[in-house]
This record gives sequence, structure tokens and C-alpha cells, in this order.
Amino acid sequence: MPRYASIWFPYLLTEYAARKSPQLRETAFVMASPQRGRMVIDAVSAMAAQKDIRPGMVLADCKAIFPELEVIKSEPGQAEKLLNALAEWCIGYTPLAAIDLPDGLILDSSGCAHLWGGEIQYLESIRSRLNAYGYTVKTAIADTIGAAWAAARYGNLETVQPGMQREAIKGLPPAALRLEPEVLAKLKKLGLQRIESFMDMPRTALRRRFGPSLSLRLGQALGHEIEMIVPIKPVEPYQERLCSMEPIATAVGITIALKQLLESLCNRFEAEGLGLRSGIFRAYRVDGDIQQIEIGTSQSSRNETHLFKLFEHKIATLEPALGFEMFVLEAPKTEPVTEEQSAIWTASGQNDKKVAELLDRVAVKTGTHNIMRYLPAEHYWPEHSIKQAVPLWEKPTTAWRTDWPRPIYLLEKPEAVEVTAVLPDYPPMLFRYKGKLYTIAKSDGPERIEQEWWLADGLYRDYYCVEDESGARYWLFRSGPYDAGQPKWFIHGFFA
Amino acid sequence: MQAEEKRITAKALQAKINAMQGLGKLSGEPAALGLAPFTDAFPGRVFPTGVIHEFISYEPADAASTSGFMTALTGKFIKDGGLCLWVGNGRKVFPAALKHFGLQPDRIVFINATKFKDALWIIEEALKCEALTAVISETRELGFTESRRFQLAVERSGVTGFVHRFCPRTENATACTARWKITPLPSAIDDGLPGVGHSSWNVELLKVKNGRPVSWQVSFSGGSFHERRERQITIPSNHQRNAV
Repeated sequence: MPRYASIWFPYLLTEYAARKSPQLRETAFVMASPQRGRMVIDAVSAMAAQKDIRPGMVLADCKAIFPELEVIKSEPGQAEKLLNALAEWCIGYTPLAAIDLPDGLILDSSGCAHLWGGEIQYLESIRSRLNAYGYTVKTAIADTIGAAWAAARYGNLETVQPGMQREAIKGLPPAALRLEPEVLAKLKKLGLQRIESFMDMPRTALRRRFGPSLSLRLGQALGHEIEMIVPIKPVEPYQERLCSMEPIATAVGITIALKQLLESLCNRFEAEGLGLRSGIFRAYRVDGDIQQIEIGTSQSSRNETHLFKLFEHKIATLEPALGFEMFVLEAPKTEPVTEEQSAIWTASGQNDKKVAELLDRVAVKTGTHNIMRYLPAEHYWPEHSIKQAVPLWEKPTTAWRTDWPRPIYLLEKPEAVEVTAVLPDYPPMLFRYKGKLYTIAKSDGPERIEQEWWLADGLYRDYYCVEDESGARYWLFRSGPYDAGQPKWFIHGFFA
Repeated sequence: MQAEEKRITAKALQAKINAMQGLGKLSGEPAALGLAPFTDAFPGRVFPTGVIHEFISYEPADAASTSGFMTALTGKFIKDGGLCLWVGNGRKVFPAALKHFGLQPDRIVFINATKFKDALWIIEEALKCEALTAVISETRELGFTESRRFQLAVERSGVTGFVHRFCPRTENATACTARWKITPLPSAIDDGLPGVGHSSWNVELLKVKNGRPVSWQVSFSGGSFHERRERQITIPSNHQRNAV
């Protein structure tokens, strides 16, 4: 006999929002989205519900009655995403879990509840754990999905005994049958306030009067009609594990284990057309200690030797002590491997791959933030005239400019220098930088570079390229005009 | 007659040995063009690529000149679509300036290695990667053992390595093919025009395997090296003339 559990989240979206930002927990707030040119409430928090605010009301009306009401913009499709995640979590309770839009889950609990010591304990366990996450839930178990749904939302029975669904739904309002609003309105008009007042009417009469849905829903609740659920399919994690007969304490042993795991994982990637972007290799020690090493790649890869090389340098950091008894290799981040990726450079694809693999190995040592490639940016301001290529293989869209001299070393921040200059607009004659005096023999300039007003405010810079007596060249600039008091001078770079 | 034959055989063998040591090229392989003033100092009159060149500098201005010179050299022998790695230690190279020295800045991947040991490891791995044209690296120290490892790596891969040592504690012996020191020179301007001229360097080749140490005074303009033969003419500076 199948048994179904229905879980109802009366405040699903608002409780999720409160979970993300706990300061919302004690406030009355609603989630609203624009519909037909006005903001309509989609979800209300428990506190707001106490003020008789209901989903479907217009936000402006509610604000007029209750000005302190806080509003969050709701995203379409969020409920489905959330329910999917919750259904995946419920896999711990049943192998077959389905989402029941807009605000519930259906679990096929046949043959599962006894593992928790009975249906009451089963539901209690689900409820208490979800409560701990901050969700208010109502649950019920019945022989049919319809009866469980009705009992969870409208009934006061936790478990409907097998075959007792007729008694359970008898006293409930027609809304408990998952009917369309039109049918509900018709039933109300006819004074049929409870299910018992029409459940024994002839089916043909019901169908003629209210359409096929009422008799179908009634049949589903009572168990005369079959109803199926579409269980979610959780994504199998990219994980491989290897248990060893004897504890492994040598680097050679770990290497063999890692190679085996990589081989099976890469075979799976090959079949699915995916590649690894980040990987974690965990080693479980005999004494219960878990150690792990992590790697990342710049392009998705399923090349065993390459991935092994990335791990190789870190194997030495594992401390086997008495030995490892189990190894787990996991790929938390995967991406499809595309042919396009291999042709990043104009040179042959083989070369690109070699360089990409070299950079991956370097990234293991230094971290990806220490590997950079630059592209020209269309700005005159020197600090903004280059930008980092993201991703690393981005192609330049504009050409590099060579019309003005630029220093080969650019100081990250211009450093203040003391300068002797002939007023008002001549280049400096002397400057003192880090306590050393430089006498300027030749100079070029000024090259005035203005701040880009749409990006930043500030003074313009007058750049001079100066050469001292030994021939060394520097890039100096004066910040702002002379007439605003004493202008400051800075050194910004060294020419080759 | 026999002596003549022997001489030719010896010459051919020497060329072969040079090629195996990374010096010079076997006939048939094209040599890089545009490195004219420097080729004379090297055996076989070929600028050696696929070896390690060491550069030493002490002042920030010298370091800048050295970087410019290394870039200009790389720009001469990099092929279309060639790739370069620049392993730095925190000093900020400004990519936009590299185009002036004939190297496409977006063909360079910059790696910032703050730890000395990491830098050595990265340089060696990079030198082993045949897909690269050149590896420009900045480290302070370079021992004999490390330089030997670099040399062995490039002998197999054919990558050219430039090691720039800024303020080394000692100028110790290394296995590098050549040791250079680049210092800036006052730029020469024709006709006493005001302003700053093209980059000019005093290029000293301090050590070279099987070659002779020389020094040149070169300027870099229009994408090529020009040897300066004339003596430096002192011209009155901008200020002096303005002051008069």
C-alpha cells in the first residue's frame, strides 16, 4: 500500500529571505513583483500574515494601511529553485521526492517511515529539522497524494490511517481538493461548504455541473483515481572513492590511488563531455583524521596526466601517520570542454594546450590571481589604459597605442617628489626622490592628461618626460595648475 | 691540400659543437635578423637563442633600461603568435610601454612570484615548455646550480631565457651563456633640438661563452638598434637656453 507525505511551507519565500538576512526575522515584510503595472504581493512573512496581509493583494493598498511594511522584490522562479533544493535534501528520507508548486513537497514514504520508528516520528524528524533551518512546515501522511495534501493544509490529523482518507477529508472545505478558483466559486455559490456535502453526489452530475476536474480531484483524494508524482533526479556528484585493504602510508601508494581515481573520473568526464575546473582529493586516515588537497584549472580539463601533475606537488603535504584507509576524489566544479577553448592562440592548438597546462601548474604554486595578461583599454589616464584579460585568453579588441611615450616601469602609486621648476609652465630643473637629487638635462612635455569626468573627479596631470645627466629617464607630473597655490609634483615611472 | 681539408672539417665540427651547446645555429636554420651590432661578439656571428642570458643592474633606472633592452631583443626574434612569459617579483612593468620596443604586450603572460623558491620553480617549468618563445624573469640571486638547471632545461626545449638580477649580492659565476649590463646613456639629438631623444644604452657584454666581451653604445629607434659611433655632443639644455 503506498503512503505519501505532503510537506507544506506556508511562508516558504519569506522564511528563505529571513534565513539569508536574519534581521528580517522579527519584522513584517512581504515580497512583491510588478504585475500589470502595479506591485502585487507574492509572499508574506508570518508577522505580516498576522496583520491580514495576503498574497495577491496590491502593495500600495497594504502600504496605505500598514506603512511600516517592508518590501523585498521577489524573483520569478525562486520558489521552484528552492523547492528543488529542499526536495534534494529530502532524499535522506525517501528515494522518491517531488516538488509540489507553489509551496510544497510530496514524498513517497512507502516503506520508509518504519526506519524512523513509525510515521509520527518520521514526520516529527522532518519537521524538527526543517524548523531548525528556519522553515515553518505542516506535514501529513495519507494513502493518497490528494488526502495528504488536504490534511497538511486544512486538516488537523497528522497521519491519516490506511483507508481512512474518506473520513479525513469529509469535514474539510472544498479548497482542500486542489480545485481551480472558478470551481471553488461555483461550489460556494451553491452553498457546498464542506466536501461531505457533495462527495456522495453521483459523479455524472458533478461532472456535468462543475467540469471534469472536481470528480478527478475527488477521486484522487479518495484513491479511486491514480495519481503519479514526478520525482526529482538529483545530480550525481562527480565523486570517486577508493577503499584500501591495508592502510597506505607511502607516497607511492597515494600516487597509485590518486591515479586510479583520476582515471575513473576522467572516463566519466569523457562520456559526458565535461572537464574539471576544481578538484578535491581527500584522504581518510585510520585514526579518523581527514586530510585534503585542492587544485583548480584555468580551462576545464579531463587530461589525467595534467591533472595528476597539479596534484603531485601537494601530495607531500599529506601526513599519513599510520596510513590512509580511504581516498575520495571529488570535482565540485565542472564545465563542458569545448573545441573552441583549445584554439585560443593563433599558433597551433598543441602549443596552447601546453601553455595552458603550464599556467595551471604555476597557479597551483602561486594562485591564479598572480597570473595576468593585459589588454589595451581605451583610456588616456595611465592607470586605466590597461586592463586585465578576463578570462586569461581574451583577445584584444583595440590596438596598443604608441603615439605617446610611456615608461616601462610604472609606479603603482605616484610618489611625491620635491621639485625646482621655473614658473609657471617650464619642466623642472631638479628633483629630489627618496633623498637623492637628480639634475635634469633634457625634458619633453608637458603632455596634459585630464581626469575622465564621467569616471572620477580630480586635478589634471601635466606629464613631463625628463632625462637626468647620466641619461636615466623619468616620468614626472604636476598635479593641477599653478594658480591654485603650490602644485604638487610626483614621479610616476621610469623609462627604458 | 690536406691541411685545407682538415681546416674545413674542424670548422664544421666546431659549428656542430656550438650548435649543441646552444651557441650559434646549424646551417639551414634561419637566424634572427636585426640584432646586427651584437652578433659579432658571439661565436659563429649568430646571436644565440635557446640559451640563458643574464642581466645585472643596480639602480632603478638601470633596471628600467635593462627591461627595455630585454624587450627589444625578444621583439627581434619572437615569431608571429609567439608567446612570452614574464616572471616578476613585484616590480611593476607597464605593458603599454612594451609596444614601443616591438613586443606585442598581449602576447605576454605576467606571473608575479613573490617567493624566491617559487620563482625559481616557475622559471624552470616555463623554460621546459617548448610552446613559449622566451621567458623573461626577474630574480635577485641566481646560484650556479640553478643556472645550470636552467641551461639544461633550455637545451632540451629551445626556449630563450632572460634572467634579470636586480641588486645581486655578488656577481657569482653562473652557467649562463652571456652576462650583460645595460646602463642608460644621455640621448643624442641631431641639430641641437630641444627635448628627449630615443632610448640610448651603454650595452656591456661582460661575459660570453666562446666569444669576446665587448661594449656598444646603441640607441633604439624605429624598431631597430643603431650603433652610436659619434661622440656624445653636449648641447645646452632646455633651461640653460631658456635662461639665456
